[in-house]
Amino acid sequence: MVAENVAFWIIAAAMAGAAIGVVRTQNVVHAALFLVVVLAGAAAQYILLAAEFVAWVQVLVYIGAIVILFLFGIMLTRAPMRGDTELDNDQRWIAAVTALFVLGVLVFLLVDAFGDRAIKVDDSLRAVGLSQHVADSIFRTYVMPFEIVSMLLLAALVGAVAIARRD
Amino acid sequence: MLDYAWIIAFIPAVSFVAILLLGRKFPRHGSEIGIAAVGASFVLACVAVVQWINRVENATGASAFKALGKGFVAKAGEHEAVVKPVVHSVTWWQSGGLKFGAGTQIDGLAVVLLFVVTLVSLLVHVYSTAYMHGDRRYTYFYAALSLFTASMLLLVIADNTLQLLVGWELVGLCSFMLIGHWWEEGANSNAALKAFFTTRTGDVGLMIGVIVTFFAAGQTFNIVSINEAALAGKGGHALWLGGAVCLLVGIIGKSGQFPLHTWLPDAMAGPTPVSALIHAATMVVAGVYLGARVYGVFWQGFSIDAGGVNAMALIGGVTIIIGALLAFVQDDIKKVLAYSTISQLGYMVMGLGVGAWTAAVFHLFTHAFFKALLFLGAGSISHSGSHHSFDMKRDMGGLRKYMPITFTTFMIGSAALAGLPPFAGFFSKDEIIATAGHFGYDAFLYIGLAGAFLTAAYMTRAIYYTFFGEFRGHGQPHESPPAITGPLVVLAAFSVFAGWLNATVVHVEKFQQWFEPRFAFPTQVIHPSFRFGEGAIAVIVALAGVGVAYAYYWRGVGHGVTERNPLARLGYRFLLNKYYLDDLYERVIVAGIKGPIARAAYWTNQNLIDAVINGVGKGTRAVGQFTYDVIDQRVVDGAVNGIAEASGETGGLLRYMQSGRVQWYAAILFFAVAVLSLALIVFS
Amino acid sequence: MQINQFLILSAFLFCTGIYGVLARRNGVLVLMSVELMLNAVNINLVAFAAFNHSVSGQVFALFVITIAAAEVGVGLAIVLLIYRNLRSPDLDHVDQLKG
Repeated sequence: MVAENVAFWIIAAAMAGAAIGVVRTQNVVHAALFLVVVLAGAAAQYILLAAEFVAWVQVLVYIGAIVILFLFGIMLTRAPMRGDTELDNDQRWIAAVTALFVLGVLVFLLVDAFGDRAIKVDDSLRAVGLSQHVADSIFRTYVMPFEIVSMLLLAALVGAVAIARRD
Repeated sequence: MLDYAWIIAFIPAVSFVAILLLGRKFPRHGSEIGIAAVGASFVLACVAVVQWINRVENATGASAFKALGKGFVAKAGEHEAVVKPVVHSVTWWQSGGLKFGAGTQIDGLAVVLLFVVTLVSLLVHVYSTAYMHGDRRYTYFYAALSLFTASMLLLVIADNTLQLLVGWELVGLCSFMLIGHWWEEGANSNAALKAFFTTRTGDVGLMIGVIVTFFAAGQTFNIVSINEAALAGKGGHALWLGGAVCLLVGIIGKSGQFPLHTWLPDAMAGPTPVSALIHAATMVVAGVYLGARVYGVFWQGFSIDAGGVNAMALIGGVTIIIGALLAFVQDDIKKVLAYSTISQLGYMVMGLGVGAWTAAVFHLFTHAFFKALLFLGAGSISHSGSHHSFDMKRDMGGLRKYMPITFTTFMIGSAALAGLPPFAGFFSKDEIIATAGHFGYDAFLYIGLAGAFLTAAYMTRAIYYTFFGEFRGHGQPHESPPAITGPLVVLAAFSVFAGWLNATVVHVEKFQQWFEPRFAFPTQVIHPSFRFGEGAIAVIVALAGVGVAYAYYWRGVGHGVTERNPLARLGYRFLLNKYYLDDLYERVIVAGIKGPIARAAYWTNQNLIDAVINGVGKGTRAVGQFTYDVIDQRVVDGAVNGIAEASGETGGLLRYMQSGRVQWYAAILFFAVAVLSLALIVFS
Repeated sequence: MQINQFLILSAFLFCTGIYGVLARRNGVLVLMSVELMLNAVNINLVAFAAFNHSVSGQVFALFVITIAAAEVGVGLAIVLLIYRNLRSPDLDHVDQLKG
């Protein structure tokens, strides 16, 4: 239990630092790399929560595909590589106040609602996270949403082509 | 067909989708889909009409064909049998224990409207193949026409006020799309916006009215239940008065009644077939249809049987006069017709207001034909005669020689509009005027007569400028192609014969017998029999209008007519070109009485008769100009503009919030959400 | 482990995302911040799945990942279009809605 907690806090600290890096760095490529750290950290947290299948999908889809997309986006929009241009706009302080305000409300709510209730990590939880059960659930209970999501992906594909096409 | 009436509305809806998706692929760019669909709907609507008539006749003990065989004479006692409307309803959705239905209610009123809408729509579809030929958004135009037809039919067959509201908004949307069909010109898109917003103003009233009647009738949207509850006076008179006032606001917006009529003339910016279909025959009468549909609410709310004066009759009456006077000062032929439509809609609303339900619906029925005819005629003139101009004074004139079919049909339409017998308008208008006297609405009887006079006069003026005199435009005018003249001829036939369906003068009352509701309908509605005195007065008044305008405008032309007595010339017209008599007259008699008598006659002619005629003409014109300049442009538009400016000022203050930057909006959004969550935490 | 430690981490990521969405000028960076927020949601879902010993949360996390992929695709296409039309990926220049 202690080992898990230690792992959690180390990963969480890395994620928090990287997340701040994503939103504060003045170099666009660095931001993408910080994002990789956050995403990988999230995958590690999933493993701590015995959700291995989700963790691997996270790595494959997010780090493998989405971050690459971002890098393409950076390249195609010829974003400045060096930190010589301003990447932030002039409402930084409003943004900070809003974010902190939302954070305060959320933390208050969470502490109020869940106190120190624990997650019981045991064999039954590990059984739940097996990809067999995830697959069962997707293709039995949630088969309709699954199909709809596939339609959504198709629509997004067509939409992205239609929007970005040069004509 | 009565049980499956939804199919009639469904076919154009399918056609809308089909034209939108596949229209461009078809050899005629989708117009054939629209025509086929509306044609099918029209056939089905005809079937529905026949079946309904059979149902009524069976209930009263004879089939429609037997009745035809027996002749059109109605017998006493035939009206007593109760014929319930055919209602079918499915649950659309449920919420909080309330069921919201979607369904069809087919009765006399609905089948009349089904017939009118599908017929006029079909003719307009055919007409547009020539009129809109080569338009850059031809396919889109047909798609919008199909959508409009479907929406209008949805509105007509609605069995509950909620569905009616849906159809009502849909036709408003289609009206917006079609008025702004040529949106590249700023004036057109502005006109579309004006039409949309002005009718929306009225729609607020309608929505509140729907909600009020929903609760007043015991939580139901069902039209039959609402009418029954209203007639029983359930929940108190004041409640129904409120509901009726709110619904009346909706009617004022949609049917171009004073003071929200200003959008209708502007709506003429749309293509002419659209004006004929939407702004003459169908959509603008949706308001009147609503009034006829939930007549129980108005009957109860405005205590129509009490007589005197009520808001509905007053609005209608004012609109008749205002619209008719405005028609005198327009140079644009479509605007003359638009103001005329306003005025005629005033007749219908007034008819409902004075308890003349059947007469008002009958006028709706006949007006659809002759006004669509007039609009399509105007379109034909602009298409082939005046190079897409609608200016009567600059680009028309003398067209009767070049466009004989358009001229003849336009004359028939005008005669019907002016209420001359035996054309359709005579019977319907006369019935409204006659019934106005019945419940003690004497004032409105005179308003109706005054309106008849003005109507006849301004139509004579329009005909003068369009068809007589010298051709003032450029190019070579010619007759329009068959796709345009065909619909004109069909509508002209209806303008001649439709009125005989309820010609009380010869005791034909089939329209009333077949189409007047017998269920959930005020029983006190009475149909006064035709009185020759009143009928004669109406005809004389209309003829006087024609005569005065004729004299006034023809005199101004100066083809040697000015020297003579216009009234004598009018007489000549009726004597049909007996020129050999004229020769005789000139050579034998005139020579004899030249001198003092002739001079005295000449003096009388110039100074007395002409003065009277000129005076009446000028007076009418001045009043018209005054109404237009002061009441319409300043008072009404001023109020509208004032509200707009107040909104503008508020907007000016708020624009600092609207920096246009998405992230600023997002910041406001997040902050507001956090504040609301905090409020929830604090207060719970 | 307490559930709250995951939830608060998630809240922190979410608020960092909010800050990024609001304060970043470059469209690509705004999209990255949106990804931070989506990840926060995912962590929530998986944490509750573990808390309730139910697989549903994980399934929904998978759905969110899928939708995030679609969102990034369309979002980057939009940013590209903005870049092509305005010669800049900065969202400050997109103020045609200004009243």
